[in-house]
Amino acid sequence: MTPREAFVARAAKQILVFDGGYGTAIQGYKLSEADYRGSLELTHDQKGNNDLLSITRPDVVGAIHSAYLSAGADMIETNTFSATKISMADYGCEHLVQQLNIDSARLARACCDAAEAEDGKRRFVAGSIGPTNKTLSLSPDVNDPGYREIDFDYLKGVYREQCDALIEGGVDFLLIETIFDTLNAKCAAMAAQEAALASGRDVPLMISMTITDMAGRNLSGHTVEAFWAAIRHVKPLTIGLNCSFGADLLRPHLAALSKQADALVMAYPNAGLPNDLAEYDELPETTAQLIGQWLDDGLVNIVGGCCGTTPAHIAAIAKAVEGRAPRSIPQPPVVTRLAGLEPFIMAA
Amino acid sequence: MTSSSSRFVNIGERTNVTGSAKFKKLILSGDYEAAVEVARDQVENGAQIIDINMDEGLLDAHEAMTTFIKRIAAEPDIARVPLMIDSSKWSVIEAGLKCVSGKPIVNSISMKEGEEAFLHHARLCMAYGAAVVVMAFDETGQADTKERKVEICKRAYDLLVGIGFPPEDIIFDPNIFAVATGIEEHNNYGVDFIEALKELRVLCPHAHYSGGLSNLSFSFRGNEPVRRAMHSIFLYHAIPAGLDMAIVNAGQLDIYDDIDPELRVVCEDVILNRDPDATERLITLAEKYRGTDVAQEKAEAEWRGWDVKKRLEHALVKGIDAHIVDDTEEARLAIKAAGGRPIEVIEGPLMDGMNVVGDLFGSGKMFLPQVVKSARVMKKAVAHLFPYIEAEKEVGAKGKGKIIMATVKGDVHDIGKNIVGVVLQCNGFEIVDLGVMVPWQDILKAAVEHDADMIGLSGLITPSLDEMVTVAEEMQKAGMTMPLMIGGATTSKTHTALRIEPVYSGPVIHVLDASRAVGVAGTLVSDTMAEKFVADTRAEYSHIRDARAGKTAKPLASLDEARANGFEIDETLKPAPPLQPGVHVYDDWDLADLRNYIDWTPFFRAWELHGNYPDILTDEVVGESATRLFADANTMLDKIVSEKWLRAKGVAGLWPCSRDGDDVVVYCENTETHIRLPFLRQQIAKREGRANMCLADFISRDGDWIGGFAVTTGHGIGTHLAQFKANIDDYSDIMLKALADRLAEAFAERMHEHVRTTLWGYAPDEQFTIEALNREEYRGIRPAPGYPACPDHSLKPILFDLLDATQKTGITLTESFAMLPTAAVSGFYFGHPQAEYFGVARIGEDQVADYAARRELDLDRARQYLRPNLNE
Repeated sequence: MTPREAFVARAAKQILVFDGGYGTAIQGYKLSEADYRGSLELTHDQKGNNDLLSITRPDVVGAIHSAYLSAGADMIETNTFSATKISMADYGCEHLVQQLNIDSARLARACCDAAEAEDGKRRFVAGSIGPTNKTLSLSPDVNDPGYREIDFDYLKGVYREQCDALIEGGVDFLLIETIFDTLNAKCAAMAAQEAALASGRDVPLMISMTITDMAGRNLSGHTVEAFWAAIRHVKPLTIGLNCSFGADLLRPHLAALSKQADALVMAYPNAGLPNDLAEYDELPETTAQLIGQWLDDGLVNIVGGCCGTTPAHIAAIAKAVEGRAPRSIPQPPVVTRLAGLEPFIMAA
Repeated sequence: MTSSSSRFVNIGERTNVTGSAKFKKLILSGDYEAAVEVARDQVENGAQIIDINMDEGLLDAHEAMTTFIKRIAAEPDIARVPLMIDSSKWSVIEAGLKCVSGKPIVNSISMKEGEEAFLHHARLCMAYGAAVVVMAFDETGQADTKERKVEICKRAYDLLVGIGFPPEDIIFDPNIFAVATGIEEHNNYGVDFIEALKELRVLCPHAHYSGGLSNLSFSFRGNEPVRRAMHSIFLYHAIPAGLDMAIVNAGQLDIYDDIDPELRVVCEDVILNRDPDATERLITLAEKYRGTDVAQEKAEAEWRGWDVKKRLEHALVKGIDAHIVDDTEEARLAIKAAGGRPIEVIEGPLMDGMNVVGDLFGSGKMFLPQVVKSARVMKKAVAHLFPYIEAEKEVGAKGKGKIIMATVKGDVHDIGKNIVGVVLQCNGFEIVDLGVMVPWQDILKAAVEHDADMIGLSGLITPSLDEMVTVAEEMQKAGMTMPLMIGGATTSKTHTALRIEPVYSGPVIHVLDASRAVGVAGTLVSDTMAEKFVADTRAEYSHIRDARAGKTAKPLASLDEARANGFEIDETLKPAPPLQPGVHVYDDWDLADLRNYIDWTPFFRAWELHGNYPDILTDEVVGESATRLFADANTMLDKIVSEKWLRAKGVAGLWPCSRDGDDVVVYCENTETHIRLPFLRQQIAKREGRANMCLADFISRDGDWIGGFAVTTGHGIGTHLAQFKANIDDYSDIMLKALADRLAEAFAERMHEHVRTTLWGYAPDEQFTIEALNREEYRGIRPAPGYPACPDHSLKPILFDLLDATQKTGITLTESFAMLPTAAVSGFYFGHPQAEYFGVARIGEDQVADYAARRELDLDRARQYLRPNLNE
C-alpha cells in the first residue's frame, strides 16, 4: 500500500496519534554551542538552531523521535520546521538547507523503521514545513501598507528547495504547518505539489493553520472557514489546526473547520497557554482530558501536541483515543467557496 | 463569524479603470490611498465581491494590479470580501493571483485563442486556487445568439471538467449585449441571453452565470431612471433563468414592484422582444424620466414602520432627530412595561445605535458631519430620559473613560475641540468640557475632582503651544500620571515630541484629528493595548527628538547677510497715495454681501471633509456628506442673513509711513509720535537670486503708505450658541461657529477689495471672481500677525492701537493675543505690486536680540513670543 492508502485505511478505523513538541524536549538536553555546531565550519552562533541538530546531534533528535513512537505516535514529523533558506539565513546556514532536510527525513524514517521492526505497526513520516519568518500578506512597514519583504515567486523557490529535499530523504507526506499567513500557505502548497509532481511519487499534503487571536483568525486575518476555502484546491490529505492555544480554546474553531472540511482533520494544540514564566505547565492528563472533549464531539481524525507537549502528553493522548471512533468525513454539498478574509459561499 | 451566502451576487464595478473615470484618475496619479477608499465605499454599499481592473494603456497594469491588491489587503473591512481579478492580459491576472490571500475569481479566460491556451490558463487557475469567469468566446468570435452561447459554453464546460476543474468554480459570462439600439438584429439579445441560461443550467451542473449589466442599457446613457429600470427588469427575468451574479452598481437598482408600471411594461417589451415597436416606445417614454428619481422617496418613509429599536438605530445612524423624542418615549414605556428602568433605554437601544455609528465612523464609512448629527440625536434622547433617570436616582452607565477637555489659557478657539468631544462621546467616553481660555489650575483641579482617565488640550494659535507645555509641567509637579492628549491646528507631533513630552512623565500623545481621537483614547483605556501603544509612541517621539538633534541649529545667514540679501522693490511701481487716507469704520456691513465672498474649501476642512469646493460636492467618497453639509450650511446662512443673527463690524486704516531698516514707521494723524512696526526677516539659506524677505522690504524708504484692518462677524453669536446649547444641538453649535469664521474671512476679503478699489484706490477697475479672490490673484497682500510672514502675535496690540480697533469694532485681545469674538481677522495692508506672502521660518539669535531691542522687550519675553521661529 502507498503511504496514502495505508494512512487512509488506518484513519477509517481509529484516531491516529501524531507526535508532540520538540523545543521543550531539546531544551531538556541543555546542549551547548559545541553540541549545536559539531564539526561544521560556520560563521554564526548556532545555539538555538534546533534543525541543525539533525546533522550534529542526530542521537538527540533520534531519541526524541523514538520517545514519541514508544509513547504511541503513528506519525512523527521531521526536525525541519525552519530548514528553509529564509529561516536558515539567521544562522548563516543557507548552504545546509538541502542536507538538513535530507538527513532529517532519513533520520525520522530510520526511527520509524526501527519502531515498526519492533511491533510490526507501520509508522509515517511527515516532512515539517514551517511558515518562515517572512510574510506575503503583510507589510512590515506600518507607513507603507503596500510594501512586502518577499514576493510569491521567491518564496515558492524557497519552499520548493525544502520540499525536493524532504521527498528525496523519504518522507511520506509534506506537512505545511503553523500557517499564520494564508498566502504563504498557498505558495508552499503550490511548491509542494510541483515538487511531488517532479518526483513522480504521490506525496500527499497535510495543511495546518494556526490561529493568532481568540476571534479565530490567523495573522493574515482569515477565519478558519476562509482559510479552508482558500486552500481546499490543493486537496490535502489532512487539514487542521496546530499551536495557537490549548485544546479547550481551540475547540470552537476546530468544530467550525471539522463541519466543513471534506478531508481528514488533524489538530495538535499546545499544552495550554504559557504561564508567567513563559512555560507550559498543563499536565498530560489535562491535555488528554481536553482532547477527550474533541473526541466526544467527533471533531478529529489525527491528534498530537505542539508547544510544551512531551512524550508523556502523547502517551496520555494515545490512551485517550484508544478505542474511540474517528470523525467521519462529511460530504458537503457542492457549493462555490470563495474567500476574502471571510468565506463567501454561493449555492451551486 | 460571518459567512455570506446568497442567491444573487453583486460584484462591485467601481475599482475598474475601464468603468470608472474617477478610479482611473486616482490610479494614474498614484493616489492609492483615495483609490482604496473607492473600494471601501463599494463594499459598504453592498458589493459582495469587488472587481479590480487596471487595463489602461497609460498604466503598468502589473504594477497597478499588485500594488492595489496589496494595499487593500491591509484594510480588513475591504479585504473581507473576495476579489475578482479582471484583465484581458493573462500575465496581469497571474501577477494578481500571486498577491491574493483568499480565494478569488479570475475574470476572464476564453477559447478565443484556442483550446490549448484556454486549458493552460484554466490549469493555472486551479493551481493558484481561483474560480474563473469563462467568456462565451471562441476562435470565431463572441457568442451572440442563443445557439452560439449554448454551444460555446457547453464546449468549454466539457473541456474544463475533463481536466478536473471543479464545475462549481466555473462562471460563464454568455455576453449581455445592448438592446433598443435601433438595429433590428439587436432586439432579441436579451431573450437570447435569458434562453441560453435556461438551457445551460441543465447542460452544465454546478456552474454559475454572470454578466456585465451596464451593456444592456447602453443606448440610454445619461438617463439613469430608465437604465435602472431596464437593469432591474432584466434581472427580474434573468435571475430565475439562472443568472446568479452580475457586475453592477448595487446602489443603482430599483425594486421591480416599485418601477412605474408604464415604464415597466415598455422595458419588459424591449427586453423580452415582445413588440417590434418597443424600442420606439421606450425612446419616447424615456424623455419623461430624464432627470427624475423615483426610488429614493419611497425608502424615506419606510423606516417609520419598523420596530422602535430599529427606528432608534436608524435615527442615530442617519442623524434624524424629527421623531427621536417620541421613539425614545416609546422605548422607555416598553422597557418600563417589561419591568425595566429608564437607564436601560440608554444602555440598550441607544448605545447599540451609537456603537453602530462609532463602528461606521471608525471604519471610514461615516463622516464627521454625520457623526455630529448622530450625537445631536443621541443627546436629545438622553435629555428626554434624564428626568426619569433622576427620579429613580440611578447611577449613570459607566462609560469607556472620562476625559477632561479644554482650550488652554489665552486661546479662544474651540471648533476642533468640540468636534473631538462629540466624536468621543459618540464612542462611549464621558467628556468634561472646561471650555476655552482655561488656566492650568482649573484643568488639574477638574482632572482630580472627576477622577479623569486622561486630559485633552486644544489650541489654535501659536502661543497656545507654550501654554500646553506649562500645563504638562504642572501636571508633572502635581505628580499626575494620566495620559495627556494634544490637538489643534498649530500643534504637531514634532512640537509634542520636542517640547511637551520631555516635561511630563505620563503618556503624551499628539492627536492629528478627530477621527484619530477615538482610536487613541480607546487604546489608552484598553487593558491590553495601552502599554504597547504608549511605549511605541514614546519610542517614536524619542526618535523624532534624536532625528531633530542631528538637524538642530540649521546654518542660517547672519542677520547682516540676510539684510544685505533683502528684497529690493521697484520704486517706480509704488502705489499712489490713498484716495481716502485715515481710519474708516463700518459698523454693520451687509451680511448678504459678505456671503458671496465665502471661501468654502476651509469650511469643509473644518468638518474633516477633504477636497476642494465645488468638486467636493460631487466627490465619490465624501460628496454625499459634503452636499448635505453644504445644504445645511446654506439653510443656516439664510437665517443668519435674514434674521441678522450676526453683526459684521470692521475698521480699516491707511497711513503714511516709511521704511527704517526692518521697521516700518507709521505717521498717524492727530499724534506727534510715530509708531514703529518691527518686522522679522528670513534668515534661511536662499538659492542664488532669491531674497531673504521681510515685510518692511515692500515699503519705500522715501515715504510710502501702509494699511491695517480688523473685522469681526462674531457679535450676536452668543445668544444663538446659548440656544443651541439649551437644545442640546452640537451640530448647529459647531455649524454656526464655523460659518461665523467663514464670514469673518469673507469680510476680510471684502474689506481688502474695498480698500484696493475705493479707499486706497490703486486698483479701481479690478474685477475678480470670488474664486480668483480666494486664490489671491489681486495686487497687494494683507498679512496677519501670528501668520508666517509676520509670526509675532504680539504685534496685534500695536495694530489695534493704530486702528482703535477695540473701541470701533468691539474686538478684544486675550493675554495670548487671541481675538474675541473668535470670528475675527486682523492684519496689515501692503499695496506694492511686488508684495507677496512668504514664511519667516527660523531666525537666528542675532535677530532675536535685535528684534527685542527694536520692540523694547526683554530677551526672555522676545524669545517667548518668537518661540515657534527659534532655531533650536
